[in-house]
Amino acid sequence: MKGASRHWVIQRLTAIALIPLTIWFLVSLFLLPGMDFVTVRGWVAEPLNAFFLGLMIVILCWHSLLGVQVVIEDYVHHRGANATSLLMSTFLHILAGAAALLSVLKIATGAF
Amino acid sequence: MPTRPLSPHLFIYRFGYTMTLSILHRLTGVALSAGFLMLAWWLMALAWGEPAYRPLTTGIGAILLRVVLALWLVAFIFHLANGVRHLFWDAGWGLEKAQARRSARIVIVVVAIAAFTLVYLFFLRGAK
Repeated sequence: MKGASRHWVIQRLTAIALIPLTIWFLVSLFLLPGMDFVTVRGWVAEPLNAFFLGLMIVILCWHSLLGVQVVIEDYVHHRGANATSLLMSTFLHILAGAAALLSVLKIATGAF
Repeated sequence: MPTRPLSPHLFIYRFGYTMTLSILHRLTGVALSAGFLMLAWWLMALAWGEPAYRPLTTGIGAILLRVVLALWLVAFIFHLANGVRHLFWDAGWGLEKAQARRSARIVIVVVAIAAFTLVYLFFLRGAK
């Protein structure tokens, strides 16, 4: 499997994985007694929460990257603008994904 | 250019609500991608420490954030409900025109009820 069909399958697989992950994330935040620093940080620091949050970040990042890519391919027709947008999107996704993941790691391990 | 068939030009179609849902799926998707950047920012502030997190929970920042979060909540509910509809299509179910129209109506009703309830609960919860 390669190219467009691989893209298509991964888009669907990540979509399915995101259904329970995102619902879990939102319900958990909703059930917290508050959204203050100590409460939220304490929640992220729980090993199981950190694990699933990390998993959600990776899959969300991937799903988002693939989705935005399709939109750019369909609507940005100018060759240069198309390539630039795709590059920018990939760069931003990797940057945000890595930053989010490192943040969770830092909170969960208490390291660096 | 990609090796797959591209999405056709929007304006050659007669406007219909199944089409509106399709466009909304992409719009909410892109909005939620921006939300992903926001999520990263929020987690970074959380990892950085109290002073970095405080602007998100106090004053004008907190109010703005709540409004944006409520909008994202609605976008998420729609993208989730319509995404499930897409997954059923991908599995080969509900592709007939009448079925697609019916599932579109179901998505609209479900999203309207869920969005109203959740946004209400979200603001009812107050700025705790």
